[in-house]
Amino acid sequence: MRLFRRKSSCQVAKDRLKILLISDRVNCSPEMMEQIKADLTKVISKYICIDTEHMEIQIQTKGNLPGKGGRTPVLYANIPILDQVASAK
Amino acid sequence: MENVFPGEQKLSEVIVVTSGKGGVGKTTTSANIGTGLARLGKKVCMIDTDIGLRNLDVVMGLENRIVYNLVDVVEGNCRIKQALIRDRRHPGLYLLPSAQTKDKSAVSPEQMIKVVQHLKEQFDYIILDCPAGIEQGFQNAIAGADRALVVTTPEVSAIRDADRIIGLLEARGFSRIDLIINRMRIDMVRRGDMMSAQDVVDILSVPLIGIIPDDEGVVVSTNQGEPLVGSLTPAGEAYSNVVDRILGAEVPFLCTERGMSFWMKISGIFHKA
Repeated sequence: MRLFRRKSSCQVAKDRLKILLISDRVNCSPEMMEQIKADLTKVISKYICIDTEHMEIQIQTKGNLPGKGGRTPVLYANIPILDQVASAK
Repeated sequence: MENVFPGEQKLSEVIVVTSGKGGVGKTTTSANIGTGLARLGKKVCMIDTDIGLRNLDVVMGLENRIVYNLVDVVEGNCRIKQALIRDRRHPGLYLLPSAQTKDKSAVSPEQMIKVVQHLKEQFDYIILDCPAGIEQGFQNAIAGADRALVVTTPEVSAIRDADRIIGLLEARGFSRIDLIINRMRIDMVRRGDMMSAQDVVDILSVPLIGIIPDDEGVVVSTNQGEPLVGSLTPAGEAYSNVVDRILGAEVPFLCTERGMSFWMKISGIFHKA
């Protein structure tokens, strides 16, 4: 049974590379990501009420700039907005 | 400067073979592509840009014929024609060897561009064998090139370095960057223990121009100083296809899970699966 559940070494290599290359390409440390997240929260909170607990900030490689193909990294932010009633409670 | 082929004006393509990581097969690839193009009647000059650690001469079996080298040319100790070694096996194939005793700073990118510009007038293809790393030697090799072939193997470390190199080449404005995946083992891909060519292409997002199977024949050919391109071996056939693709032909990839060449199947019989 363990044989079937084991992830193939090919899949392990792909998963490792995916994470490795994102940080290589952007040259962005986890600390810097935390700072970006904190600053974003500060700025957006001035205008709308957001759910800071569930916000996500990631660098992805899905970018598609003309001439650069799929190699452009993009900063992806998913920031849930709290409705006024819920936040008033 | 006098011409090696008098009375001809050439519009040539300068191709740099690079990888970032060492030992993935840059020199073998340079030797086979250079030889393969010459076999098809092209005039080819291969330049070994790895100053201090020259290898291309040995892989080509031309090590005993070196008199002058790239550094001598740059320093003006000889004319460029005197440093070129003609490969007697293939008309139109020449090697400009690197220096073994100098260090990497002996040549500057500007000097490299000058040498390449001179040679461009006389050859159809100039193949630059790039040293490993991203320092001066790499900067020299890419300075005069129009297009790049990035060699990698299906391993995490080689792919990571290839990605870095591709980023640097893109930043330098290279519009043609093609990928060669070397030492592919279909049996391991089938077991799920090696990334497939498609996996590597998906990660690096550059066009694929060749998949070279892991072939003992490469070691034998290096021992003998005779590139195996065009021979009836799995790697020989794969390199021959790369050459055709460089010349613009559309050739199906042999070393994939779906397609296997005749010679790969034959060698598979003797190989344990």
